[in-house]
Amino acid sequence: MSPLLILEQVLNGLQLGVMLFLMAAGLTLVLGIMNLVNLSHGSLYMVGAFIAATVTRATGSFVLGLLVALPATALVGIVVERVALRRLYARDHLDQVLATFGLILFFNEAVTMIWGPRPLYMDGPSWLSGAVEIIPGVPYPAFRLAIIAVGLTVAMLLYLLVTRTRLGMLIRAGASNREMVAALGVDINRLYTLVFGLGVMLAALGGVMAGPIYAVEVGMGEVILIQTFVVVVIGGIGSVRGALVGAILVGLVDTLGRAFLPGLLTLFLGPATAASLSASLASMAIYILMAAILVWRPRGLFPAHG
Amino acid sequence: MVRRGILVGGLVLALTLPLLAAAFGLDYVVGIATRILIFALAGVSLNLILGYGGMVSFGHAAFFGTGAYVVAILSDHAAAGIPLFTWPLTVYGSDMAIIAWPAAMAVCAVLALIIGAICLRTGGLYFIMITLAFAQMLYFFFVALEPYGGDDGLSLVGPSRAWPLDLADDRQFYYLILSLLLFILYLMRRLIASRFGLVLRGIRENERRMQAMGYATYRYKLAAFVISGAVAGLAGALIANHTEFVSPSFLDWRRSGEILVVVIMGGVGTLYGPVAGAIAYLMLEEVLSRWTEHWMIVLGPLLVLIVLYAKQGLWGTLEKMSTKR
Amino acid sequence: MKSRLIALGMAGALLATPAGAAEPVKIGMITTLSGGGSALGIDIRDGFALAISQEGGSLGGVPVELVAEDDGRKPEKATEIANRMIKRDKIGIMTGIVWSNLAIAVVPKVTAKGVFYISPNAGPSKLAGAGCGTNYFNVAWQNDNLHEAMGQYVTEKGYKNVYIMAPNYPAGKDALKGFKRFYKGDLAGETYTKLGQTDYAAEIAALRAAKPDAVFFFLPGGMGISFLKQYAQAGLTGKIPVFGPAFSFDQTILAAVGDAALGVINSSQWNKDIDNPANAAFVADFQKAYGRLPSLYASQGYDAARLIGSALKAVGGDISNADGFRAALKKADFASVRGKFSFGPNNHPIQDIYVRQVVKEGDTLTNKIIATAFTDRADAYAAECKM
Repeated sequence: MSPLLILEQVLNGLQLGVMLFLMAAGLTLVLGIMNLVNLSHGSLYMVGAFIAATVTRATGSFVLGLLVALPATALVGIVVERVALRRLYARDHLDQVLATFGLILFFNEAVTMIWGPRPLYMDGPSWLSGAVEIIPGVPYPAFRLAIIAVGLTVAMLLYLLVTRTRLGMLIRAGASNREMVAALGVDINRLYTLVFGLGVMLAALGGVMAGPIYAVEVGMGEVILIQTFVVVVIGGIGSVRGALVGAILVGLVDTLGRAFLPGLLTLFLGPATAASLSASLASMAIYILMAAILVWRPRGLFPAHG
Repeated sequence: MVRRGILVGGLVLALTLPLLAAAFGLDYVVGIATRILIFALAGVSLNLILGYGGMVSFGHAAFFGTGAYVVAILSDHAAAGIPLFTWPLTVYGSDMAIIAWPAAMAVCAVLALIIGAICLRTGGLYFIMITLAFAQMLYFFFVALEPYGGDDGLSLVGPSRAWPLDLADDRQFYYLILSLLLFILYLMRRLIASRFGLVLRGIRENERRMQAMGYATYRYKLAAFVISGAVAGLAGALIANHTEFVSPSFLDWRRSGEILVVVIMGGVGTLYGPVAGAIAYLMLEEVLSRWTEHWMIVLGPLLVLIVLYAKQGLWGTLEKMSTKR
Repeated sequence: MKSRLIALGMAGALLATPAGAAEPVKIGMITTLSGGGSALGIDIRDGFALAISQEGGSLGGVPVELVAEDDGRKPEKATEIANRMIKRDKIGIMTGIVWSNLAIAVVPKVTAKGVFYISPNAGPSKLAGAGCGTNYFNVAWQNDNLHEAMGQYVTEKGYKNVYIMAPNYPAGKDALKGFKRFYKGDLAGETYTKLGQTDYAAEIAALRAAKPDAVFFFLPGGMGISFLKQYAQAGLTGKIPVFGPAFSFDQTILAAVGDAALGVINSSQWNKDIDNPANAAFVADFQKAYGRLPSLYASQGYDAARLIGSALKAVGGDISNADGFRAALKKADFASVRGKFSFGPNNHPIQDIYVRQVVKEGDTLTNKIIATAFTDRADAYAAECKM
């Protein structure tokens, strides 16, 4: 177990965390400001990936795919918001869970009907297809480094947005006390639409960045949706800072668990048992983490609400 | 009046269904009806904590699936003749309903106690997520459980033995399930009307007020959670008998979603709602999937519409209609 | 789609029916047509339907009607469809199930009721060994076969330090067990991943650190797509050779992975370049009918139909002659697209298993046979079958 390997796995964990952050940031904002549980967040991630894959395939340019997918998905999101989600703001969480669960079913089937049941091919840009020896002796995929870069940039931009702009001030205010913000005369509907659009774009960005490394297939949203919710809950609803910390934490725990639990358990148990048990524990790891954190802090690490 | 008419009519239909089916040569309908009843039971269990207690659990499939597995594991050991474990005492398997089904309920009750004790410390969305998390944990647990099939699942040699009934006979099985459902519904009615039920409903309305009034709300919620888990475990035991097969897919979060849909469609917080919801949802699934492979594209928006415009669900709408008079 | 098939069957029955013929023989297909993994079920159904349409609505000269239904990958749904097919539609021949867990749930129940089940895909060890049955035939393979073939080939080629990987569920564990049964070298590592996992960075890093001379993995569906893409991005494609069963390298997956899969070696009982007239006709007709290259699943569906056809011909369409039908099925007197084909004592195939490599033909990624791993391979569980 060389220290270089440990370093590489930490880097992997960070990258996974950053990917989760892209999803979680959008979700936590929507949850915090609009108090909307949106299960279809994962479906929008999927739509972003599918649109990007199609455009990239047709034009041969990843960047073009990205540039088209983001507004296109945002458009889809706005339509969904106008038609269905708008009426759910006043409802309780149960209704939102149910309705957006219905949206997941709809999106999965719609994507199947439009693109067929088979997974799509998507590749990253050719200038990112190599590997960079960021750690000596370890060629790290350039695209993954790009993901880390993009994610951290987004985090930085969101930080600036939330702390330095007027919109950000409204977001923070709305996250801690929605009624007061409305009472103070702010156009709540416009704020909602802006925040929702931002959330959808972040999800689409996540989908486009995920396309080249994960399988672009129907149902890809559900896998990441659950992980995203775990991140949001750990970090605290409504807090972008919590989303970042939660995402990195989840990414690290998941990756390091998968990487080092087998080795750890082989010290105590036979290799076959260790392999099997460690695989089970690794898959449960992030849920155990979430349960533990909620027991200690029932509202997450950085709850936005007072 | 209308409500009572529908209830009585429904009961008559339920009682005579197997005979009617045989008369029309549609015997297989009994199988579908049995599945509807089992899901109705699962819905009733969730409705207790959801409809009356206001706790949105997105992990109820955990108890449903665990109940099924208890029955399957006991049956598996009984068929092989090997005890489950020999320490601290020797426990053999069993394929007798009178042992396996209460065992399923007991295991699920204990599970619900543990899970509830942790989850109920949170509320709102956190509660939804943490119940989902525990269901996922159990799902991965059963997937990795190789001695009992893991992801391949576990087949039961046959349905439980419940002398003097022969549960391999569709009809007898159906009537047994029907009686169990009616009995549980009766118990639920008593429970809801009792002091416990009133406190629970009070907690749903305004937990702080109940706390201010001196009630230890956590304990009441936990008790309801445990009862709900046990009944869901019974539903699981029944589905294990019905399909004669269990698999981790019974604990998948989508399954939890389906049970939620059953409760919502029928009407949250109404006694007979889950039954109506189970009938509606499963019939919809049957009819739509015959019509087109892409039936989900109809079901999805339909769910959205129901949530938006028919929040009270089928039974709730009925109740509203009859009180309008 | 289903109504189209029934119409096809009906039309075919009307056209091809000799004078005084009875109703078409119904064949029940329970397969996964929606949701994740539906591509496999659709391929199986399309392959099966092609055989029927080639004969104008019949199989073996006997008019048939294919009743295909979607199990949504849910075991209880599959069981219910099976029940309904037996009770309401009085179907005596069934096929179609993709997944081993659904097969284990459904097959013993239907064969106990006298139905003949021909598996076009799932071949769990449980039903090949102690759980075998006289009415259950598997026309594809026993689950371990393709993994065993890879183990054999890897050993033959002199690899001594292989890193193996599969998801942590019974099919995954069986896959690695099958590989190890024939692989005689050392293991650089044995890793079990999470079912449905998408990100393999951690596993790839560990793999690289273990310095194996080859990698064998079983990651069906989207898991394989993700892994291959990430493996290429880590710069390992071409550095450490990759081996696997055909399940991760069929046409659907290759199309989604792209060039990252080039050069990968995989084992399969069928490939489109197997040289015999039946296969040539199959590949050409499939492309014409559906506009895509067939996968091994399609070939399995096709062979299942032709096997049933050969048996139907032998009994003149009268499946109430159960013994006759069973014997005819066992005889396997049909021109398989694989070439030679026969059943072992446990009704599982005895066939050659090939080694193929992923190549590019023009613009399309596809497989090309480069060697034979096994000749006349049965399976490891035949001895446990007490038939």
